Amino acid sequence: MAKHHISMTLNGEPTEFLCSTRQTLLDVLRDELNLTGSKEGCASGDCGACSVMVDDRLVCACLVLGAECDGKTVESIEGMADGENLHPLQQKFLEEAALQCGICTPGVLVAAKALLERNNNPTETEVRYWLAGNLCRCTGYDKIVRAVMSTAADMRENAK
Amino acid sequence: MSSDNRKYKWVGTRQIRPDGHDKVTGRAKFGSDFSLSGMIHGRVLRSPHAHAIIKSIDTSKAEALPGVKAVITSKDFQEQPAELKAAGEGMINYRDMTRNVMAREKALYDGHAVAAVAASTVEVAEAALELISVDYEVLPHVIDVDEAMKEGAPILHEEMVPSGMEVNGPTNIAKFVEFNLGDTKKGFEEAEVVIERSYKTEAVHQGYIEPHAVVASVAEDGQAQIWCCTQGQFQVRAFVAQLLGMPASSIRVTPSEIGGGFGGKTVVYLEPLATLLSKKAGKPVKMIMTREEVFRASGPTSGGSMTYKIGATKAGKITAVEATIKLLAGAFAGAPAGPACMCAVAPYDIKNVYVNGYDVVVNRPKVAAYRAPGAPISAFGAESIIDELAKELGIDPLELRKLNAAKKGTQAAYGPTFREIGYEETVDIAMKHDHYSAPLGPNQGRGVASGFWFNIGGESSATVNINEDGTAVVISGNPDIGGSRASLALMAAEELGIDYDKVRPIIGDTASIGYNFLTGGSRVTFATGLAVVEAAKDAVRQLCERAAKIWEVDAEGVIWENGHAKPASTNVGDFEPLSLANLAAQAPKTGGPICGHNAQNVQGAGPGFATHICDVEVDPETGSVSILRYTAIQDVGRAIHPSYVEGQIQGGAAQGIGWALNEEYIYNSKGQLDNPGFLDYRIPVASDLPMIDAVMVEVPNDRHPYGVRGVGEVPIVPPMAAVANAIENATGVRMSALPMSPPRLLAALDQADIKEAAE
Ligand code: FES
Ligand code: FES
Repeated sequence: MAKHHISMTLNGEPTEFLCSTRQTLLDVLRDELNLTGSKEGCASGDCGACSVMVDDRLVCACLVLGAECDGKTVESIEGMADGENLHPLQQKFLEEAALQCGICTPGVLVAAKALLERNNNPTETEVRYWLAGNLCRCTGYDKIVRAVMSTAADMRENAK
Repeated sequence: MSSDNRKYKWVGTRQIRPDGHDKVTGRAKFGSDFSLSGMIHGRVLRSPHAHAIIKSIDTSKAEALPGVKAVITSKDFQEQPAELKAAGEGMINYRDMTRNVMAREKALYDGHAVAAVAASTVEVAEAALELISVDYEVLPHVIDVDEAMKEGAPILHEEMVPSGMEVNGPTNIAKFVEFNLGDTKKGFEEAEVVIERSYKTEAVHQGYIEPHAVVASVAEDGQAQIWCCTQGQFQVRAFVAQLLGMPASSIRVTPSEIGGGFGGKTVVYLEPLATLLSKKAGKPVKMIMTREEVFRASGPTSGGSMTYKIGATKAGKITAVEATIKLLAGAFAGAPAGPACMCAVAPYDIKNVYVNGYDVVVNRPKVAAYRAPGAPISAFGAESIIDELAKELGIDPLELRKLNAAKKGTQAAYGPTFREIGYEETVDIAMKHDHYSAPLGPNQGRGVASGFWFNIGGESSATVNINEDGTAVVISGNPDIGGSRASLALMAAEELGIDYDKVRPIIGDTASIGYNFLTGGSRVTFATGLAVVEAAKDAVRQLCERAAKIWEVDAEGVIWENGHAKPASTNVGDFEPLSLANLAAQAPKTGGPICGHNAQNVQGAGPGFATHICDVEVDPETGSVSILRYTAIQDVGRAIHPSYVEGQIQGGAAQGIGWALNEEYIYNSKGQLDNPGFLDYRIPVASDLPMIDAVMVEVPNDRHPYGVRGVGEVPIVPPMAAVANAIENATGVRMSALPMSPPRLLAALDQADIKEAAE
């Protein structure tokens, strides 16, 4: 079957690829574009390890088809740091040990960034519900939630 | 709380982990992130039947499909001897292992592998699976441990002879074990209160977010390379070598970063298949399990069925405990019946204990280790009945635990006498913690429970290479699941006297470092840490020798302090101290490279104890339980990297809460798993949990230079009973079976209402 020729903006760069109809955005990122930072934990939208932004919406890349992404803007974990500078969330996750094995971390970071862009002063409950779609089996979420909240506090402080 | 006041520069500090940047940027390569050029893709055909004779398999149509490069079935695997062979600390039956990776005479569970295909794409491989025809004769199956032990139960292995007991005819009991201390008959005679109860726990999956994945590449000369996510690259090598009849020297296994294991990645599933497919196809083969395959065919830990009998004086001295613990093993023997029995009442000083256990096969995937294997199951029973005893006696449940706490010198029911341990300290801290006296509202309750895990040592090898610029590389051989590289680097920095960020810890493949037993048993920071410390000391000894050479003095006259060689005294001479960097730079002319090394079978693991406090609120309308507050107190020996120790405690507690409240396998009447996904197999999500307050008690292990005890496993032991005890205090209803999910709790609440109305 003929492949689809797709153009999108990925992490700020114009990107073209060919994909089959059944390939998801996650398959495209990992297998066609060699960006393996987005992880596949379930392929059914239940774990959030594949979280990416599509046109500023937080989505599970395993639930989006590659062919749907024509003309879209996609951001993945690989686009989160600014050159040599980590995003404040990335830095905070390191400082506060908010990861253990790290398989959930890219998805959690992408999701947390989306939250802080919408709400720079989330309550603990808001963080927990926002991240409820990102499974982490290692940390018990404690340090993740703390890291997100303290990043938000720093960002508010810096914005003053 | 530390009885050792030595001051350290690095040990005990919270540094950024060496692998951290790669993990927050998506650079880190996990199991499925690895690829090779020319690589093809493998998929597995799995049995839809829980129990069936495999009469024949016809793969000819699959082989004829364009793009298919290799097809394998059990015929491609040599038969293995039925004897138990030593592998690390455990015993492995390779006859079972080869049948578990590929069903032979029978398919023994839904999801059991029956054939595998490698093809140019995943799509072609999947199409090929559909062309394989398997002629099954479906047999009756058995899922439940109690059912499997009944007369007339479907028998999985006609030829199986149980160890430790005599039976007439075939049985599903693989093993009987018993442990006896003192005289329980006498103990119960001394008792003024005796309680007897039964408990049940469900099998649960480790639930790592990363599915199993492997790339295997076998060259024409038989040399194989394997990249996979595993807790033990040396185990993968040993298992693949044995199953495929290859010498260990021809297999090089490189562990990827690992996305969680919890014991579930200590075994092989895909690795032998991918290696064999690669050998047949002459190309590298990549295989990744789907989440559904992970649930249907890997892990879990045992489910259990238990009876407990406990006796005590009115003053609260426990005089005797008897227990029977039946664990389901899945399709092949290997439930952790021994550890379950041994851990059952290990936190307590009880003079008369008799515990026995059964390892029982059923038509489910073969169990794998899961965090403190066996202990959480037996502790659910023990810590629930102790709570009931406390109620009966009118004694505070922590007070009762303190009255009976094991201490230094206590003989454990399973044999050894404890050295320095910190169990009582965990209870003391719990009693004083403000959590324990905080007010509770309506429908709320508080529960406590304790737990024990042995922790292990085992074989470890480490190398510390001093680089020419005064930095160091630490090579060890244990996959790092939760920050162990940081701990190893901290200890090496401390020993060498150089900065933490000058030490680069890496994990060697099986050809780059001596043998290391797997990452498990909470052993890495303890045992491999010890090997790293010894290897660093070896490097320091060489550095001192080089200084002695430069100064033309005896090596004994040189000491190492703060990263410098110094004369031991003014008698030796008056020399300016030489830094590690200076000595490293001069290494070529003082004797060549400086490489410290150590390899040993580490003994002296210090046992871990924990006491947890849990507050719940029960919704009487729905039976749903919210965890309001959770405090986990644990003796950690010494926290080398406190953040990652807290992380282990928090993560273990969270897994225990999932086990307590929601996690279970749902099998339909055909023995097929009905919930093989994260939607229906519900592990805790962020909104299910509160913060988990990890309180570290430091009673150093005197068998480790920094006092390290394993910390990773014991935190999963207390939660199930802590939650059950809290629910009882909230509702008056005692839940004796897991999970305490909303429908089950609601039914129990309704039952209690009916009973109350009738009275
Ligand atoms: S892989 Fe997309 S949600 Fe799990
Ligand atoms: S850190 Fe392992 S799953 Fe989150």
